[in-house]
Amino acid sequence: MSALKTLNGNQSIAEAVRQIDPDVLAAYPITPSTAIVETIAKFKADGMITGEFVCPESEHSAMSVCIGAASAGGRVMTATASQGLALMWEMLYIAAGLRLPIVAAIVNRSMSAPINIHGDHSDTMGARDSGWIQIYSENCQEAYDNFIQAFRIAEHLDVRTPVLVGLDGFIISHSMEVIQVEDDDEVKKFVGEYMPLYPLLDTSNKMTVGPIDFTDYYFEHKRSQLEGIENSPPVIEAVGKEFGQKFGREYGFFEEYRMDDAELCIVVMSSAAGTCKDAIDELRSEGKKVGLLKPRVFRPFPHKKIAEALKEMKAVAVLDRCSSPGAFGAPLFTEIRSGLYDYAERPRIVNYVYGLGGRDIKVEHFKEVASKLEKIAETGTVEEIYSYINLRE
Amino acid sequence: MKKEDRLEEKNPIENLLRMDRIPHIWCPGCGIGTVVTSFAEALHKSEIDLDKIAIVSGIGCTGRVAGYVKLDSFHTTHGRAIPFATGLKLAHPELKVVVFSGDGDIAGIGGNHFIHAARRNMDIMVICVNNFNYAMTGGQVAATTPKDANASTAPYGNFEYSFSLPYLAEAAGATYVARWTALHLRRVTKSIQEAFNRRGFSFIEVITPCVTLYARRNRLGDGLNLLKYYYEKSEIQHGADTRTLDISYQGKLIVGKFVDKEKPTFLDCMNEHLAKVLGEKYQLYGENND
Ligand SMILES: Cc1ncc(C[n+]2csc(CCOP(=O)(O)OP(=O)(O)O)c2C)c(N)n1
Ligand code: SF4
Ligand SMILES: [Mg+2]
Repeated sequence: MSALKTLNGNQSIAEAVRQIDPDVLAAYPITPSTAIVETIAKFKADGMITGEFVCPESEHSAMSVCIGAASAGGRVMTATASQGLALMWEMLYIAAGLRLPIVAAIVNRSMSAPINIHGDHSDTMGARDSGWIQIYSENCQEAYDNFIQAFRIAEHLDVRTPVLVGLDGFIISHSMEVIQVEDDDEVKKFVGEYMPLYPLLDTSNKMTVGPIDFTDYYFEHKRSQLEGIENSPPVIEAVGKEFGQKFGREYGFFEEYRMDDAELCIVVMSSAAGTCKDAIDELRSEGKKVGLLKPRVFRPFPHKKIAEALKEMKAVAVLDRCSSPGAFGAPLFTEIRSGLYDYAERPRIVNYVYGLGGRDIKVEHFKEVASKLEKIAETGTVEEIYSYINLRE
Repeated sequence: MKKEDRLEEKNPIENLLRMDRIPHIWCPGCGIGTVVTSFAEALHKSEIDLDKIAIVSGIGCTGRVAGYVKLDSFHTTHGRAIPFATGLKLAHPELKVVVFSGDGDIAGIGGNHFIHAARRNMDIMVICVNNFNYAMTGGQVAATTPKDANASTAPYGNFEYSFSLPYLAEAAGATYVARWTALHLRRVTKSIQEAFNRRGFSFIEVITPCVTLYARRNRLGDGLNLLKYYYEKSEIQHGADTRTLDISYQGKLIVGKFVDKEKPTFLDCMNEHLAKVLGEKYQLYGENND
């Protein structure tokens, strides 16, 4: 039965895992994602799931186990964060290159050095060219919903591409929230039976996976791998709609909050979007025409859709919880700015980096951003394209 | 001594600790601090030039040692303390390089580096605090968790075989191998002193209580109960065949010095080989620093 439950982000993911019951779960502990793994271990020990649970000796091995199991034809998942995701890096490319629909919950955490266990998006942004679809969650409910949808997207025959679902370390992973947990059978029905393509266990069709591919065909094969992610936008959209019809919470590529008559817009992903909504409400009550655009899908990046939503703004601030050393701006900013390039009339746009290593971002910070946007809109000039929020310098 | 005076008294190893980082994060009853004390004692006794020593730790409760000792220290990443130490040693052969890290760090995620440093007889000392689990992340099953012991990822007991670290170290090529428990403070000190005075890959395993996770999850009581277990079940057998050192859940703990032999180190082998093939052109590396 569908029920309201008080769960934190990690438990929300674990709850979805219990309902989906993948064939193989392989993961290595790392803060702040460990509780996902521990809860799954408990489910397994208590006979609540039938899938195999493995604790390998590192994340590199965990992703390797996932790749082996997915090649054999299994529905497979893992969970990790930060250094753990970084250690999987080599295998992320293999999973995507082999078009294996693995699903990973990534509890976003900053990267060493220096070591820090709190949330930012440096880990998943570092994996953005690995070929994985990336979906980000604002809260526990979204983490749960996104994780369920991830299997449908990854396993769709036109897509067959691994998907990672991001949720912010501690802010979401360790915060309790009342969420709607859907009925077990309904979730199972929504996700459906998994039909592997070319499983290694099909011994009547013997096959080699991953053989060498040189200058003669590598490029063609690499190009054809991209089809999965290129085909994914309509699938992501359809799955988000169907999820809405079935469970009442519809999802698209991004969420717009009080954008109808907005002239200024703040773009921010994940948990900070929740705080931003409060800031927008306050600003609106002061008569300021500010809205929020919260991207949900970062790969494939919905350039056109976001550009359409932003093109008539006077000024836009894109907030990244990650830096991109030496780049023109942080990842979300460069994507959005590039998407707007083809428009003759386009908004002034600035980039703020915030919240590295879990540094708090509060309503007042969003309000400061809004007042800077007001000034940019008024004067038509941008003094600083790239700057930081809540940083001592 | 009056109580007030005692509170004024300085910690005897204060000169080796970063007092501004104290209080430390370790739980009351944890064995890691005990091993640090033994280490400090060994440093005092060995009269080593403190400028010629470097400590490398991985990540974990034990990994925090690098941040607490007032020596050149490096808090690396999980599993990679040994390769960092290898780099340090090769760049500065005159340094005494000590890796201080946990069982998960050294034998789990970093296991590959462990066997290869031993194989090369790299001239470093590895002190491995074995608390039978991944403590820092909440007590998950590790490569050293005894069969049947509970862990957060093995709630009804571990069913995998576990590593016997001295056996692994010797098989891989370590030239000094000892195992003690946190009860054998003076013996740990002595082993560390011996390791300081020799060359080659030295491995010292110290079995220590993790009261908060391993002990609590297995209902083994507090730190004192674990020390009692060490007291009752440990047996000193110097020179024991390392094939006989398996640890079963709450079973016998054979401790002692098992291996202490001479063998050319990585740098010795490199110098010898290159001198042979290159002749006079080759300048010995790191030789005059001994
Ligand atoms: C690549 C990577 N994976 C996982 C972690 C999370 N992690 C930190 S410490 C630790 C385990 C530590 O166990 P051990 O080495 O035995 O040290 P102890 O805490 O028991 O002293 C883990 C899994 C990490 N920091 N980096
Ligand atoms: S969790 Fe265990 S190993 Fe870590 S400080 Fe506490 S007692 Fe020591
Ligand atoms: Mg340990």
